[in-house]
Amino acid sequence: MRKWRGGAFCLRHSEGGQMKSTSFIRDKYIRNLPTRFCDGCGNGIILNCFARAVDNLKFDLKNLVCVSGIGCSAWIPSPHFNSDTLHVTHGRAIAYATGIKVFQPHLNVVVFTGDGDGAGIGGNHLIHAARRNIDLAVILVNNFTYGMTGGQVSPTTPYSYISETTIRGNPEHPFDLFELMKAAGSQYVARTTTFHSARLIKTIEKAMSIKGFSFVEVVSQCPTYFGRRNRLGDAVQMIHLYEQKAKSGELFLGEFEREKRPELTEELEKLRKEGGE
Amino acid sequence: MRFDMGNIACAQGALYAGCNFFAGYPITPASEVSQFMSEEMAQHGGYFLQMEDEIASLGACVGAVWAGAKAMTATSGPGFSLMTENLSYAIMTETPLVIAYLQRGGPSTGQATLPGQQDVYQARYGAHGDYEIIALCPWSVQEMYDMTVRAFNLSEIYRVPVILLSDAVVGHMREKYELTRLPLIARKRLTDRVNPFGGPLPRFGEGFNLQVTGSAHRDDGVRDYSPMIHSQTLRRLIDKILDHRDDICEVEAFDTHKDKIIVSYGASARPSYGACKELENTGFLRLKTLWPFPDELVCEHCSGKEVYVVEMNQGKIAREVERAIHKKVFPICVNGGAVPFVSDIVKVVR
Repeated sequence: MRKWRGGAFCLRHSEGGQMKSTSFIRDKYIRNLPTRFCDGCGNGIILNCFARAVDNLKFDLKNLVCVSGIGCSAWIPSPHFNSDTLHVTHGRAIAYATGIKVFQPHLNVVVFTGDGDGAGIGGNHLIHAARRNIDLAVILVNNFTYGMTGGQVSPTTPYSYISETTIRGNPEHPFDLFELMKAAGSQYVARTTTFHSARLIKTIEKAMSIKGFSFVEVVSQCPTYFGRRNRLGDAVQMIHLYEQKAKSGELFLGEFEREKRPELTEELEKLRKEGGE
Repeated sequence: MRFDMGNIACAQGALYAGCNFFAGYPITPASEVSQFMSEEMAQHGGYFLQMEDEIASLGACVGAVWAGAKAMTATSGPGFSLMTENLSYAIMTETPLVIAYLQRGGPSTGQATLPGQQDVYQARYGAHGDYEIIALCPWSVQEMYDMTVRAFNLSEIYRVPVILLSDAVVGHMREKYELTRLPLIARKRLTDRVNPFGGPLPRFGEGFNLQVTGSAHRDDGVRDYSPMIHSQTLRRLIDKILDHRDDICEVEAFDTHKDKIIVSYGASARPSYGACKELENTGFLRLKTLWPFPDELVCEHCSGKEVYVVEMNQGKIAREVERAIHKKVFPICVNGGAVPFVSDIVKVVR
């Protein structure tokens, strides 16, 4: 397990090159603009970083499928990313993605989900996909609240924080998704924030390259509900708050890579070959 | 000629029909379908998955179909309750697949090992939203095979999930049957970019950049919540089934020119047929398609007759028959997990 410094991570240092222009990325990878995201939402940053990661990896868009469930995070790929997209029922994106990946193992399948969608209603699918070690990349946008339905308490809302359904403070305790996914058997686990956008690009690239189940938690700002309710300021202030928390160690940022284990689709292909003989 | 249980015949039918993806979750009395698929699927070049629950099972099936598979799952009442969420999605996204639904006694856990026909409405109305669905109802092991093949064909023609609505008796009984070489509907692999909805089914990975969503959408997959667009979509989803009832609906009739008619389906049709043979002046009508309900065919055979409907629930299809023929019928309901005896039916009708 590797802990990352809280501070900014400069892409140019590691890459040794210039970043592509926003208009190039937009024209090639993004559709149906403008987005419907609130002002200051972290989803735009994540969409941008994802598109840049795909561009850096030089993936053929033909072989990329983005699956998402219900919630603000689901709208990052669908309708905005210019590949095959499957926008499904609440929390079930990983189950659908499993079907796609098993039947067409050559496709790169990426799941976008949120804290409510992935860790709440879809928590069971999340841990089982990690246990199976199927080659999916899951990008979980953690904004600590159910944004689309108006800011209710979620499985990652910190203790005592305010939401629409916990106006006197959250009496429950949140999941630590990094530790949860490590324990569930994920091949690769990482946590970063929307502040560390350069790191986010690299992390998504790594998650998509690793054979096996990869999980990236992106701590993101929701100034509309979580920030406003808890008086955390506007989007920029929230981003800086998460940076400060990362620097002070209160918010752990880092990555974990497990020793290689057999991956599900490869195992199934072996079965088919044996069966066919 | 083979000798197997109904569930195995169902799995054989699916493999013959080209099923190459099966995702399921263990449940009595449908587990044999999964077990057989787990053994045979790899040899047929397909994939078998046991998922974490029925929600994920149907989800994986829908995902696989969009990746190009012919997919199937098998379950019973409690599992189907979980599946209805993704069933609704499959209907909205016009995803062809087959669900073998082996009914058992409910509500709740009920009688896991005993048969029932209590879920005929759940198969039709279980998912949320306005929709039409196809449900076929076998009464023998041979029909478990034949109707599974037909279910795949109908799902391909109409781009709709099709339910093989069987029960614990038909699924578990053993009979002789043939692996009939029935005609198959093949899915064309599309080469030109098409809309995801309203036409033939495209697949992922072809560079079409498909937008598939369960939200209200235009035919090109872009979300559109306007009442005009969605009312058109709903009309199309419903009409593609209702307008083709003459193709979808099938019944089997014996001596329906007589004054009394016994109507039944599935397991309860077996003693009903026996009763009709013992009774004079009584014909028999077996519903092979339950949904869409074969209104015209039922009318044709039952109008002006004294109609008895035998079923293993509180008289659900009896109401449908009444609605179709605009006349009261005599329901013969046996509930609680028992199959009606021939003698019971004879006593009531006589």
